[in-house]
Amino acid sequence: MTTQIKIADTHLNPAECIEWVMSPEAGGIDIFIGTVRNATKGKTVVKLDFECYEAMAIKEMEKIAGQAFDRWPVQKILVHHRTGTLQIAEIPVIIAVAAAHRGAAFEACRYIIDTLKQTVPIWKKEFFEDGEVWVAAHP
Amino acid sequence: MEVNVLAFGIAKEIFGASSIIITLTNDATVSNLKYLLEHQYPKLKQLASYMIAVNNEYALDGDTVHQHDEIAIIPPVSGG
Repeated sequence: MTTQIKIADTHLNPAECIEWVMSPEAGGIDIFIGTVRNATKGKTVVKLDFECYEAMAIKEMEKIAGQAFDRWPVQKILVHHRTGTLQIAEIPVIIAVAAAHRGAAFEACRYIIDTLKQTVPIWKKEFFEDGEVWVAAHP
Repeated sequence: MEVNVLAFGIAKEIFGASSIIITLTNDATVSNLKYLLEHQYPKLKQLASYMIAVNNEYALDGDTVHQHDEIAIIPPVSGG
């Protein structure tokens, strides 16, 4: 059970993430790559800004990885997240999971990204052509 | 006692600073802190929700806060 967690203000590299989770013991790897979409509810998005409470974010990501190891027979978990300004189609998040069998890899990967979105202290601001908004801040 | 409260995301804009100092009684709870914050910054009440973190962990309303704790206000998260 090995984990790699990283918060970075520079480009995330899917190839390096795949390379890191690959191992002879793995029967499969599952990877989720988040990408910046060019619109929200029909409004054109120009760019996103990500802000992070780094010490706590790393702690929360470690907890999520620990929960995934407890729940599924997975071998390696990688979680990388960006901070700073991201343009359309750039990558804010990569989750990669290696397991002996695909079922565990798929389920753990989904659990990690879904839980990350609920608990990890990272915030994104969407910039539109006519304004900006912190996502999810208001009801 | 005076505690330092770190702010992120929209909370930073509401405070107009990345941290503020709040004066609390010595046995103050997270709930007392939230009450004072909302009194000084009523816009917090317009948020969908927010949490207080103490020493990098989500805290409950009844938890006590201490002078040298690292305290942060966590508005609704939106990573990923």
